Amino acid sequence: MLLALLAATTVSVVRVRNLFAVAVLTGVYSFLMASVLIVLDAVDVAMTEASVGAGIAMVLMLGTLYLTKTEESRPVHTPVLPLFVAIVTGAVLIWAMSALPPFGAADTPLQVAGPDYLARSLKETGIPNVVTSVLASYRGFDTLGETTVIFTAGIAVLLLLKRGPARDGDNGEGG
Amino acid sequence: MRLDVILRVTTKLILPLMLLFAIYVQFHGDYGPGGGFQAGVIAAATFILYALIYGLGATQRIIPVAVIETMIPLGVLIYAGVGVYALLSGGNFLDYSRLSHEAAHGQELGVFLVEVGVFVTVSATMLAIFYAFAGRGRR
Repeated sequence: MLLALLAATTVSVVRVRNLFAVAVLTGVYSFLMASVLIVLDAVDVAMTEASVGAGIAMVLMLGTLYLTKTEESRPVHTPVLPLFVAIVTGAVLIWAMSALPPFGAADTPLQVAGPDYLARSLKETGIPNVVTSVLASYRGFDTLGETTVIFTAGIAVLLLLKRGPARDGDNGEGG
Repeated sequence: MRLDVILRVTTKLILPLMLLFAIYVQFHGDYGPGGGFQAGVIAAATFILYALIYGLGATQRIIPVAVIETMIPLGVLIYAGVGVYALLSGGNFLDYSRLSHEAAHGQELGVFLVEVGVFVTVSATMLAIFYAFAGRGRR
């Protein structure tokens, strides 16, 4: 049911040409995705998806729409080449999936490491929520990398966007 | 701008609750779902809501751009600083057990500090991106 709604939302995002409706539909998509993640018992990820995808991203998209037109312009190229690229990428991904272990197989690293963390976490870190202890402690290096990615993204956006207005106006804010 | 009384009053009512929820998600991340990233986004959303209703200028008087631009690298520095401190005190990089006399307590302290670092960077970055977008629309 949720997946059917997800598919319907995706199709409408592609079909609808009013960008305001598209922005709202992507928010709907994020909330549906968050529901799917809750069904899968991944509450932490669902929380992130709902707040980032449906909250911040939608505000940013609406803010962008305020700066531009709200109707999508007609494409000037034929969709053959993008369609070809998309089909090839999809085919490669599906081909690569055949190398994955079967869903729920008992001997995958996931099934071996998961119970190991569950058994060790409370004793070693004193943190009852294993998601937090794995993210911040056992995989602390990865999370440091993620924080650096966000830092880099923020710097990049500031570099791109803060330069624009100062050029055509003489009352640039500087900084 | 003066006709949106309901929006303004409702916003004033839910803003403290949103900030409180962000703090709850931050500090309760050890026990329930959430952590620095989610809390940072919720805190940023609080200020973005304030900016949407009361205007960008009012928000930038509360949190100036200079503060935001200091917070973005500060969070990464807090995180990496915890790692370097563990390194200097004889452990591996990001080995929180070195932060305290007892290993488990050091782990809790380390995770807490690291989550604070994530919170600072994430909330500041989200707000900085919003400022950048909204600041262009004003002209």
